[in-house]
Amino acid sequence: MKLSGWGRYPVVDCTVSAPRSETALRAQLLCGPAIAHGNGRAYGDCAINAANTISMRRFNRMLAFDPDTGQLVAEAGVILGDVAFAFVPRGWFPPVTPGTKFVTLGGMVAADVHGKNHHRDGSFGAFVDWIDVMVADGSVIRCSPDENVALFERTVGGMGLTGIILRVAFRLRPVESGWIVQTTIPAHNLDAAMEAFEGSLDATYSVAWIDCLATGSEAGRSLILFGEHARLADLHGNACRQPLGPAPKRKKTLPIDAPRGLLNGLTVRAFNALYWRNGLRSAGTRLVDWDSYFYPLDAILGWNRIYGRRGFVQFQCALPLAASRDGLAQILNEIASAGQGSFLAVLKRFGSQDSQLSFPMEGYTLALDFPVSTRCLALIERLDRITIEHGGRFYLAKDGRMTPQTLRSSDPRWARFAEHRVEAGEAAAFRSAQSERLAL
Amino acid sequence: MTQADAKGPVLILAARSDIGNAIAHRFAAAGHPIQLAARGAEGMEAMRADLALRHQVEVSVHALDALDIEAHEAFLDTLPALPEIAVCAVGLLGDQAASAADAGAATKVMRSNFEAPALLLGALANRFEARGSGVIVGLSSVAGDRGRATNYVYGAAKAGFTAFLSGLRNRLAPSGVHVVTVLPGFVNTQMTEGMDLPARLTAEPEEVALAVERAVTRRQNVIYVRRIWWLVMMIIRNIPEPLFKRMKI
Repeated sequence: MKLSGWGRYPVVDCTVSAPRSETALRAQLLCGPAIAHGNGRAYGDCAINAANTISMRRFNRMLAFDPDTGQLVAEAGVILGDVAFAFVPRGWFPPVTPGTKFVTLGGMVAADVHGKNHHRDGSFGAFVDWIDVMVADGSVIRCSPDENVALFERTVGGMGLTGIILRVAFRLRPVESGWIVQTTIPAHNLDAAMEAFEGSLDATYSVAWIDCLATGSEAGRSLILFGEHARLADLHGNACRQPLGPAPKRKKTLPIDAPRGLLNGLTVRAFNALYWRNGLRSAGTRLVDWDSYFYPLDAILGWNRIYGRRGFVQFQCALPLAASRDGLAQILNEIASAGQGSFLAVLKRFGSQDSQLSFPMEGYTLALDFPVSTRCLALIERLDRITIEHGGRFYLAKDGRMTPQTLRSSDPRWARFAEHRVEAGEAAAFRSAQSERLAL
Repeated sequence: MTQADAKGPVLILAARSDIGNAIAHRFAAAGHPIQLAARGAEGMEAMRADLALRHQVEVSVHALDALDIEAHEAFLDTLPALPEIAVCAVGLLGDQAASAADAGAATKVMRSNFEAPALLLGALANRFEARGSGVIVGLSSVAGDRGRATNYVYGAAKAGFTAFLSGLRNRLAPSGVHVVTVLPGFVNTQMTEGMDLPARLTAEPEEVALAVERAVTRRQNVIYVRRIWWLVMMIIRNIPEPLFKRMKI
């Protein structure tokens, strides 16, 4: 069966199984090096393996919830959105959420995902109490910050390469309502955007949409969205009637692949200009339901088809704080002069991060999509170089094209990880198309 | 929720099956307490916890060996309450070649698809009739519409089950008890894993569950989950026997 990540690039013909029990899963591990597959929301090839891809979709049960601590125990294939829909009405919200709710809990651990609250709360791993992992010899090991610590530290952010994550125990956060008080602030250039981030480090959520095609004095113009969980006293109008609502909305689906070339410098420039002007008009504070605030793109199922049949790649880097201003300016300049803009460019301030393998570092992260083409791939390689020169690193959950040299020169942690994999027998048991490409 | 609009319990027979599981989720999402009946306990606690956590309804688990006919009444006595709706997904596809060669294998398929589910629902029907309300849902099969070389032992048992449900519906109509016959067609489940099934004719378990819920609400009698199966089976039923007996379908 043909499989790819969310970016639909690269596409690999895979043998896929979907075991129903740990016994069946263990038997599947005997068929050769394997990788667990969640809901296919990582962009590149980190969750696919031509010979042995193991779908975790049947490990999708919620097992226990403790209303005193907010701890939820669930199988790895449970979808984050199902957690939110089940628990927001009871006053609990996921502690960290990426930009889509269609990820699985196992995937969230493997990529140690971050959200709009990273600067304050850290990544998902910070809220994980323990995980059960099926390791190379087929045994199941519970690991946590206190128990089998080394396995825990290498599994959180370890891209599924230490074993198959079976169960996750993590803490939800209590909320008074399902609504978010959203404040939009326009920033006319990169300096203004960074100033806004630095001035609001106590905001719970912050993220910026950045126009990467704007040039000159407008380079880096952004709409910065701050968010706070609304308290009951903040609610008015419709929100008062359903403080923990609203019910899930109907989704639209992008029915066909967009024709090639639909997204070009011209259309993206026009889109971005419109989006910016619209943002200027709607600047200020308003109440938004949690689904619309955190997952605007989830409302269009299959939005990845907008890039056409050849798919797209995402570039996401993190830059250390001291080098962020200079690095971001250079990256934006490179993109704008290539005219290869993305209409989904996101800028975010990261807080400190002390886990072993996770992507975030104190500083800034920039993420943007490019349709797959020779020109774009060449541009991304130039962006790689700028990132490395500024001491930055890359997000493996988004990657589908990096070289092992790029990874190693940006992030020495992975060389040690790869050595350890050989010693622990993991290299022979768990492999993805990405781990093979990156020599992990 | 007030007592008046509290939803009645739904009993799922063979709850561990993919279809049973999907139906349990569907009714739990609508607010019904769920009674799960399955052979053995393996994996049932996870299923119970998941239903209860996602949908905030009461969920109980009950051991049931459907082939142990003598124990049916005792099983029904263990339920916390007589259900409002009972859904029977008991069944076994078996292997036609084995069934043709070995009477033991054939007996197991016949008992699993006809005797056991029919008698279990028969026992429930008597209790529903005495109460004067209830809905019985039997998952039969399009294979029962006409015997074919590739699965006639399974098909014959399902034909018997379909006829039993039809008779039960006829008998219970005056008492206010309703009987639904579900003919799912191909479904993407553990039973059909590894088979090369045509996509247009193959439903997901969730589609079956949606169709069952709808049939219960609308008090439908006999439903095909995908409507195209009505056409397919009408054609298959109407092929003249001299022709049909030489066909490979």
